Amino acid sequence: MTVHSPEQLAHEHRRYLQVFAWLAVLTAVELAVIYMPIPHLAIGLMLVVLAATKAALVALFYMHLAVERRTLTYIALTPAVLCVLLVFALLPDLGAITRALTHATPPAVEAEAHH
Amino acid sequence: MSHAAVADEHVLEPTESPLTPESWGKLGMWIFLCADAMSFGGLLAGYGALRYGDPTWPRPSSILGIQLTALMTFLLICSSVTMVEALAAIRQGDKSGLRKFLGLTILGGIMFLCLQAYEWNKLIFLEGQSIRRNNFGATFFILTGFHGCHVFSGVVYLSIVLARALRGAFSAHQNNGVEIAALYWHFVDLIWILVFTFVYLL
Repeated sequence: MTVHSPEQLAHEHRRYLQVFAWLAVLTAVELAVIYMPIPHLAIGLMLVVLAATKAALVALFYMHLAVERRTLTYIALTPAVLCVLLVFALLPDLGAITRALTHATPPAVEAEAHH
Repeated sequence: MSHAAVADEHVLEPTESPLTPESWGKLGMWIFLCADAMSFGGLLAGYGALRYGDPTWPRPSSILGIQLTALMTFLLICSSVTMVEALAAIRQGDKSGLRKFLGLTILGGIMFLCLQAYEWNKLIFLEGQSIRRNNFGATFFILTGFHGCHVFSGVVYLSIVLARALRGAFSAHQNNGVEIAALYWHFVDLIWILVFTFVYLL
């Protein structure tokens, strides 16, 4: 039950609207980026950076992590770190479906080979 | 002991969390959100693993309506703003402001769900996409459906908070319930920002 002074509240109100403006602008930039005539990898990297920035803005200012205790920020960062590890853990599986489909032996042929 | 002191005993929590001194409930919500983030992380990582290196994977923008989902993204961002305004209002003791902004947030959530229903209807019945047709359909419908369930839960949750607000449950000194609900709603917005980028734009 935090009690805020009127000055603090006015400052917070301005900050909320600034964050809203940034989120709207970054979304517009994302939409512009996908139509840019640059390599798909560069578009992907820009989109990841833009999305991470927007997510950080929401977490820091709307979910108040910027003013919460640091330990709570560590708790909030834990799933982000685990998700990055998860992506690395899945690296050997990337494209596995495609490989399986490309090199798959038809079941009938496989069954005949056993006889 | 005065009446006020007796009332306070019922209102205040018995002990404080060292991480979130205002309430244990807030810490509880953060821990729930972390677990929920892992669910979404797992789904998004699975999506990436299936998509990578699959030459038959369609370009999302060729199937999905980017303009419509950009509008849905904007709606959720707007509803996040109305949610922080609702919390700011009750922190100043403005109960009618709380009700107004909570109502607008719920309206934003309902409009988002209506647009998602429209999008799914178009994809399934007009364009023949389905959860069983291919990996694109499976991952798309599971991810956006799981998020849609969160928005629906959020609308129900915020409606309950609004009902409590109408009964006068919150004040400038007692607004944990609003702050905790706001955390959930912003999380739903945050996840949509990621889903919009990874599923619709990339």
